[in-house]
Amino acid sequence: MSAPLDVPGSTAEAPPEAVLEGASGKAIQGRSLGQIAWNRLKRDKVAMSGAFVVIFLILVAIFAPVVVRLFGHPPLEYHQEMIDPVTQIPKGGSGISTEFLFGVEPQTGRDLFSRVVYGSRISLLIAFCATLLSVLIGTIMGIVAGYFGGWVDYIISRLMDVFLAFPLLVFALALVGVLAQFEQQLGVKGDSLRIALLIFVIGFFNWPYIGRIIRGQTLSLREREFVDAARSLGARGPYILFREILPNLIAPILVYATLLIPQNVLFEAALSFLGVGVQAPTPTWGGLLSEAVKYYTVPHFMFFPGMAIFITVLAFNLFGDGLRDALDPKSSR
Amino acid sequence: MKKKSALAVTAVGAALALGLSACGGGGASQSQGGGESAAAKHTMNAALENVFNPSDKKGGTLKMAISEDWDSIDPGDTYYALSWNLIRIYGRPLVTYNPAPGAKGRELVPDLAESLGTPSDDGKTWTYKLREGVKFEDGTPITSKDVKYAVLRSLDKKTFPNGPTYFNDWLDLPKDFKSVYETPDVNTDQAIETPDDRTIVFHLKKPFGGFDNFAALPSTIPVPKDKDTGTKYREHPIASGPYMFETVQTGKQYTLVRNPHWDPATDPIRKALPDRYEIYLGVNADDLDNRVISGDLHVDLAGTGVQPAALGRVLSDPQLKERVDNPTGARTWYIPIVPDVKPLDNVECRKAIIYAADRVSLQQAYGGEFAGGEIATGLMPPSIDGWKRIDLYPTGTGDLEKAKEALAKCGQPNGFETTMAYRSDRPKEKATAESLQQSLARVGIKLNLKGYPTSDYFTLYFGKPSFVKENGIGLGTHGWGADWNDGFGFMSQITDSRTIRESGNYNISIKSPEIDKLIDQANEETDKAKRDELWAQVDYKVMEEAFVLPIVWSKSVLVRPTGATNVFVTGAFDMYDYLNMGVA
Repeated sequence: MSAPLDVPGSTAEAPPEAVLEGASGKAIQGRSLGQIAWNRLKRDKVAMSGAFVVIFLILVAIFAPVVVRLFGHPPLEYHQEMIDPVTQIPKGGSGISTEFLFGVEPQTGRDLFSRVVYGSRISLLIAFCATLLSVLIGTIMGIVAGYFGGWVDYIISRLMDVFLAFPLLVFALALVGVLAQFEQQLGVKGDSLRIALLIFVIGFFNWPYIGRIIRGQTLSLREREFVDAARSLGARGPYILFREILPNLIAPILVYATLLIPQNVLFEAALSFLGVGVQAPTPTWGGLLSEAVKYYTVPHFMFFPGMAIFITVLAFNLFGDGLRDALDPKSSR
Repeated sequence: MKKKSALAVTAVGAALALGLSACGGGGASQSQGGGESAAAKHTMNAALENVFNPSDKKGGTLKMAISEDWDSIDPGDTYYALSWNLIRIYGRPLVTYNPAPGAKGRELVPDLAESLGTPSDDGKTWTYKLREGVKFEDGTPITSKDVKYAVLRSLDKKTFPNGPTYFNDWLDLPKDFKSVYETPDVNTDQAIETPDDRTIVFHLKKPFGGFDNFAALPSTIPVPKDKDTGTKYREHPIASGPYMFETVQTGKQYTLVRNPHWDPATDPIRKALPDRYEIYLGVNADDLDNRVISGDLHVDLAGTGVQPAALGRVLSDPQLKERVDNPTGARTWYIPIVPDVKPLDNVECRKAIIYAADRVSLQQAYGGEFAGGEIATGLMPPSIDGWKRIDLYPTGTGDLEKAKEALAKCGQPNGFETTMAYRSDRPKEKATAESLQQSLARVGIKLNLKGYPTSDYFTLYFGKPSFVKENGIGLGTHGWGADWNDGFGFMSQITDSRTIRESGNYNISIKSPEIDKLIDQANEETDKAKRDELWAQVDYKVMEEAFVLPIVWSKSVLVRPTGATNVFVTGAFDMYDYLNMGVA
């Protein structure tokens, strides 16, 4: 006799109602797509550890002042007593101690731990906002192009091609450098101006990537039966777009956003490294790295900001990958 | 033996030579056995006051490198100290600085001229006589007309924007003379006369006792008129010195070989030891330091000291430390305090900034005691003739009580807010701004930092009075080095308010009729000691009025080459002398 159900605690001779009520005696409820995906994600240990790291980083960034008060010194405070006045290198090589967890910067003696922690604020803020901007523009443009087709699609698609062909890094360098000179006209200054500019430049030029994906998905979705059904019931363009099609795009948008964030973290670091990011003395990871290059003989200075970028990017990527697998099990790895 | 083989290889191919010079480096010091064994040993600062490893041995390839490039190799278009030092291997000015260590290196000696200038007409007219038998690299004799042409062409600041403007300001030029290219036919004899092929006479607008310093400028290096190609002359300047250009690859490499028409009998100051010079441009700065340390290259041409990474290495390793020379330069790094910007128009507010500044931390920003320099108490550096120590302000980590007192007197007891400009691509100046921001915050003075690109810092931003005023930039930071080591050579360009132009100013903060009056007195004074005293008074006044916050009198950590001879730091440029260095 074969045993089609070999669940522990259940028997082959179980009465029909037991099957209906489930092994534990509760009624089986229909599970939504979201719940199914969540269950899948929960089982993916790699993705979950990525998610925990991401949450941890976000908490650290939000509570940076508290973290620094507990474990460090103010990020701008000089500790020149920690520095060898002759060689400008921290006494003892790195200055790592229970008081200075990551050691101190050469020359100034500022607490590297605090600077890395505060650097996470800028990095994550810019990465999140820029991603949001890209996703917003990309989704709107993609959905419009895909749904309406024809000349609208043609124009938007060519626009995407133009944006994709841009030498983004070079352009961003020039743009941030130039725009930052117009403090008075723009009405903001200092760090907030730089942050706004970086969000704009990084976000605005990255939308075509997500735009293309959304356009492709929309193209296939608009031919589906449920869209036809809605249309035959008299639904119009905007309703179909936002009520019928958009909810089906949430999965790719989410996945793409989590994969875009680490890219943007790297891009912000690159811009700061090249000197157009948020200006001194506000710490950023890229800025710390570019300082560290001068002192390559004291490796701790490069190690900690570098590790911060590495861990952030890795965690987001692992989480993003897992999320994609969970939301779309058919996709091949 | 080693050196011989290295030589043979250089003759075969320059490319191969790179790898081999490292071998030549190691055996350098002991192979110097015979003759002058009294040579200084490798100890720190051995080449400051003495010639290290003296020798007359000819031959070899001297390898130099620089991390960037400098303005130009055209003698009429260059304002870099390293260039004024190096240019003398291929060009001969009328007079030049004595190739000797330390302060002796600041003495002027005749070069192309037979003797130093002869003044007449109360110092308004200066006459020089050229040596006999001097020739260009193509064998044509050098005449006083070539010197005159060279000086006149350098006056054209549209074609040659980089050089100093002393001749423009002092020569008694005819009104209708614009440049040798625009107005070639105008008679300029009222400014420079050439009565015969060996005599040249300069006529000035007003008397000037220090004219020999002008005659030592690279723009008196003769240029043959028929070979002058304007801006293209830099592709091959015609040599009058012992070496001539073999190849000129702009931004990459220069090579120089012996000039067959240079006659040692006409030149008592040059030893002309190497057979060849190879100068590499655009070498990564950290890589350059490592190659000098390993002996693969002889000199970092820039002469401004090693990068922070190498600094930690050479100062902490006792063996490398022996190879360090640590000269003090005639250069001050400072922070101008702009009186045009409120509330800095009040002297007490300016003083508050000086009192509150952490001078030690500023010194650290420039690299500390060895790589940065001594904490400066005045604008004028100690190597300038007539220098006096000024003790108006404390030089410790800041006197907050006095700063608060000054703020109260200024009517800003709770501090104020202002902006500080710095060159964003210069790490030391960025560190300076950050340090000052920290220390001034202690008394409630809030600094907003603004970085500007180096290339436009003086022309569009901090050197432009209208920009500074409109944007309320109260502080900036930069440095100034002497063109030569007297009060005029250091102070005249940065303290005289009447030299302030629409843009491109190095002086933005020192504006005082009293100081201008002192400068006039100094220029008219013919007695050198009294003149020096007047310049010292200018320095005192600048500090009393708190127009600048001086940071350091610059020092640099130079790494002495292992494979070179006649190594010494010349007091004229405060870097290794490039005129008589040879290959061991």
